[in-house]
Amino acid sequence: MDIINAILIIILVICAIAVERTKDLVSAIIIFSAYSLFMSVVWLLLKSPDVALTEAAIGAGVTSILFFAVISKTERFEK
Amino acid sequence: MNDTILKSITRIIVPFIQVYGVFIILHGHLSPGGGFSGGALIGTSLILFTLVFGVKKAKVKFSERVAEISGSAGIIIYVLVGIVGLVLAGSFLTNIEAGFPAGVAGTLMSAGMIPIIMIGIGIKVASTMITLFHTLVEEEVR
Repeated sequence: MDIINAILIIILVICAIAVERTKDLVSAIIIFSAYSLFMSVVWLLLKSPDVALTEAAIGAGVTSILFFAVISKTERFEK
Repeated sequence: MNDTILKSITRIIVPFIQVYGVFIILHGHLSPGGGFSGGALIGTSLILFTLVFGVKKAKVKFSERVAEISGSAGIIIYVLVGIVGLVLAGSFLTNIEAGFPAGVAGTLMSAGMIPIIMIGIGIKVASTMITLFHTLVEEEVR
């Protein structure tokens, strides 16, 4: 179980760095929602299914949709 | 969006998402989840409806007036139940000591006032989610 936890946390760190370094904001949002999904698996392994449910609904669903709505009002690429 | 497959699938899947949200809200004192998670699920189903059918049709289903009334009603339920505990037992949100029926542990009708405030939180969160999205989508570009 410790190995699975370590792998998931390494994936989380990679996702976080990738979000910061991506210039295309749509790709950044997709990576961010993947980050939220892995985070919800981590919550589940930490025996907190309540937070995992909320993280999967809010983090991966609503947050990315709100970000997409904002990007459709502004520009797609970072300058 | 004008896609037949998307519209048919949305028409089928939205009621199931909403029933799952209501299930999570009503079982908030027995299983993982509760008012916030279930309300977020119901709000997400309405966001899906808005994405597929457009803001105008979604406004017919869930107008700003309904959002105002239900959001205020949710938080008023929470505060009123808390004040009942304050009056009867001396501190805000007192549960069993204030006279709410305890019921049999593990059944649906138990835990005193927890299901009532869960319903209030669920209504509030769902209407807030859908109001956020509608406000963001229909705002004009300057």
